[in-house]
Amino acid sequence: MHFVPHTDAELAEMLTSIGLSSIDELFDAVPAALRLAGGLDLAPGLAEADVAVCFDAYAAANRPVGRDFVCFAGAGAYDHDIPSVVGRLAYRSEFVTAYTPYQPEVAQGVLQALFEYQTLVCRLFGTDVANASLYDGASACVEAVNLAVASTRRSDVWVSRGLHPQWRQVLATMAVGTGHDLVDVALDDGLSSWPADGQPAAIVVQSPNYLGCLEDVAAAGELARSLGGLLIVAADPVSAGLLTSPGSLGADVVVGEGQPFGASLSLGGPYLGLFACRKEHVRRLPGRLVGETVDTEGRRAYVTTLRTREQDIRREKASSNVCTNQTLMAVAFLVHLGWLGTAGLRELALRCARGTRYCREALLAIDGVEPLVGAPVLREFAVRTPVAADVVVERMAEEGFLAGVALGEEYGEGLLIAVTEKRTSGEIDAYVNAFEKVVR
Amino acid sequence: MTTTQPAAGGRATSAPLMGRESEPTLFELSSPGRISANFRITGVPEWTAEELVPAAHLRDTPTPVAEVSERDLVAHMTRLSHRQFSVDLGAYPLGSCTMKYNPKLCDDAVARSGLADVHPAAPPAMTQGWMALLADLESALCRITGMAAATLQPPAGAAGELTGLLLMRAFHGAAGEDGRRRRVLIPDSAHGTNPASVTLGGYEVTQVPSDDRGCVDLAALADRLDDDVAGIMLTNPNTLGLFEEDIVAIAGAVHEVGGLLYYDGANLNAILGVTRPGDMGFDIVHMNLHKTFAVPHGGGGPGAGPVAVTSRLAPYLPGPRPVATPQGAYEWVEPEHSIGRIHSWHGNALALARAWSYILANGGDGLRRVSDAAVLNANWLRHQLRGTYDIPYDRPCMHEFVASATNLKRTTGLRALDVAKRLLEEGFHAPTTYFPLIVEEALMIEPTETESPQTLAALADALVRIAADSGENGRAAPRTAPVGRVDEARAARQLVPTWDARPADL
Repeated sequence: MHFVPHTDAELAEMLTSIGLSSIDELFDAVPAALRLAGGLDLAPGLAEADVAVCFDAYAAANRPVGRDFVCFAGAGAYDHDIPSVVGRLAYRSEFVTAYTPYQPEVAQGVLQALFEYQTLVCRLFGTDVANASLYDGASACVEAVNLAVASTRRSDVWVSRGLHPQWRQVLATMAVGTGHDLVDVALDDGLSSWPADGQPAAIVVQSPNYLGCLEDVAAAGELARSLGGLLIVAADPVSAGLLTSPGSLGADVVVGEGQPFGASLSLGGPYLGLFACRKEHVRRLPGRLVGETVDTEGRRAYVTTLRTREQDIRREKASSNVCTNQTLMAVAFLVHLGWLGTAGLRELALRCARGTRYCREALLAIDGVEPLVGAPVLREFAVRTPVAADVVVERMAEEGFLAGVALGEEYGEGLLIAVTEKRTSGEIDAYVNAFEKVVR
Repeated sequence: MTTTQPAAGGRATSAPLMGRESEPTLFELSSPGRISANFRITGVPEWTAEELVPAAHLRDTPTPVAEVSERDLVAHMTRLSHRQFSVDLGAYPLGSCTMKYNPKLCDDAVARSGLADVHPAAPPAMTQGWMALLADLESALCRITGMAAATLQPPAGAAGELTGLLLMRAFHGAAGEDGRRRRVLIPDSAHGTNPASVTLGGYEVTQVPSDDRGCVDLAALADRLDDDVAGIMLTNPNTLGLFEEDIVAIAGAVHEVGGLLYYDGANLNAILGVTRPGDMGFDIVHMNLHKTFAVPHGGGGPGAGPVAVTSRLAPYLPGPRPVATPQGAYEWVEPEHSIGRIHSWHGNALALARAWSYILANGGDGLRRVSDAAVLNANWLRHQLRGTYDIPYDRPCMHEFVASATNLKRTTGLRALDVAKRLLEEGFHAPTTYFPLIVEEALMIEPTETESPQTLAALADALVRIAADSGENGRAAPRTAPVGRVDEARAARQLVPTWDARPADL
């Protein structure tokens, strides 16, 4: 199977017309010693139907969540219902097969969608500006830290252990290049326990945090301001339906994982990084930004703007190297959230919180199952179990449940459990019954 | 080649299909109280927000989103889609971006619950299919590039670049040379992401000029090489579409001073099955799966930028990686001296899977045919434009070439920008303009292998006709696109980044 339309006769005619007699002559610039003898060491091409067979086999070797394997795992990747409009609209081929909107006159569709997406992200997080997306939550957090370091000209970044551990790993990887110091801030009964004094470039707090607990964002903001640093908040777009916005609580930059709106679980990607900030930081905003303007006839038009921040213009002086982002996922986010609407967003958040309370109360009634921490939670929670959490996950899989995510040593080995709007009381009851059985 | 008869592949005149009417925003379409959302019957007790959320955290008013019917949302997004050019509408000869046709079988291959509904934190026993798929893709990418091992985590090309630079740092650091090696060499024709990534990797950029043939100036390179050089980043073929014929000498010189060679895979589409970066002497290679391997660009992502390395760099790769055990099952393994994680999970997994379906469908023979046709198309088009446009480095090119509107600008006043906008009127996307920076009034043209000879002829015809046009017409273009030229200066001067920031009088 191949996708080259030329017939052999056409290939020959084209070669002749440019004075060549063979395809190989096209590659005369490649030194003979570098030519690959015998071609690529790959199997011959497959027919479309055979590719499908091959992918059936990969899919069959996984255990997807669904009716037969009910998901109670979250940890930054949530099992939400995705309405049909997402697949039908965001995945229209005009959005799927377009490039980055370098020619705005023929890219108004993507540009306006991104403008609307930016508006929604700002409304969720209570900020002035949002970019057109970054790769994932972790990369958004990395860019936020880089912004804070550049803005304050300081090098210490206080990072709560309540921030997703894998995001913290990515921060650590990238800090090797940028050279700032990440200061690990411990949790006390589920909430960040900040140092009283210092000169942080930024304080990084996640709320609800990795253990599901609601952090005191306002206090972190006051602390950051009093010490001359910025407040970076990692927020959840679903919880934003119920919680006071981080922007109104003093956040300078708000980042988040946009997966809950429009992205399937998909082994962790593609998701999208949400990035929003106060307008005073807009000159340091990473990635693309869409703005409204007019065309030559005065009609409303959209275009990527403040382009002089970006790598293709600033080159080695750029503060971010982002070029390709996750635009299509941002369009999916827009469609999903637009479908939910004002009332639907609140209802979604409420339903997640209700299922979480229902499940948590039932689990804690089981002998030996204890809350891991005492701080209030919203849509995710951690428990200590009488048998090791990874064993619970293993045994629960046999009962038809993805029980949660086993927490590492730094959190005290608990089990992290998320309940979304998809879970019925019947599923939760069955989960709790199976849980009781496997921890006995 | 005849252009008079419509033929298979035809002329891609899509612009007349595109919507000219402005579309209101979702916020203007809202009507208070209108609802699309609906929820399951769950039987879960209906506690109130006040019962569930501590008062200190509970917001006092609902978060405003939009209030539209599903029907209006569908109409809105559909109309927006009609104001958007795409590969599925017509040819997209955007240099350096490899806007080839995205086979539909790849969409369907990944649209399986067995892939899409897999939780990233599920234990390995639940994700064996995904791990096998990723390991198979990694193996194929290593064969294509002539490398030993790869990471699939980088979600885009620029992320791959930074990963590669951090690998360089780790490698030199293990030799106790991290402090001394602080410069990375980059040709003056390089993509902007290269120098930006170098800075984020903690290195200094040293620019290497091109010679009069458009390739790395060997003497200038030698002048800049010393034992404080960590490595060099090269695109081959380079951004002029020219193969760096002296690559073996370049590799030798860089390795001689202990530096590493980084291959920017933006132009890999030119050499599939012809030659491999590993054979040229490169140590680190990133690939843009959203270019070479037909992952659709999605209007600017998601892409995927895997990084492959030689065996001596493999211990530093990001982890975890899916590795087969002797028993045949897959495990997540952290490389011994890993630089650490660079993605929240395992990269843009569905994009990776799409690329694998494309590689399987093409096979080794099909991939070679991709490069053959890509290079032939570019050279054929270059021949058609000779005499009409300047071709500053007019010798056999690879998958793309750079033309220039310098003479046109002098004679008719048409600039590269005007040519680009006129082409939009003709139903084609524009080439990349004003890049690479070393060519004045640059028009960087990459037809890709999936455009038929008939489409190419129509494109050549349009470009020749445009050149014969007046500067006045050029400056007025595009007149058939959804909007005319946009006021970019105003967008920056009077920033309106959201609907809520919009002044009432705009």
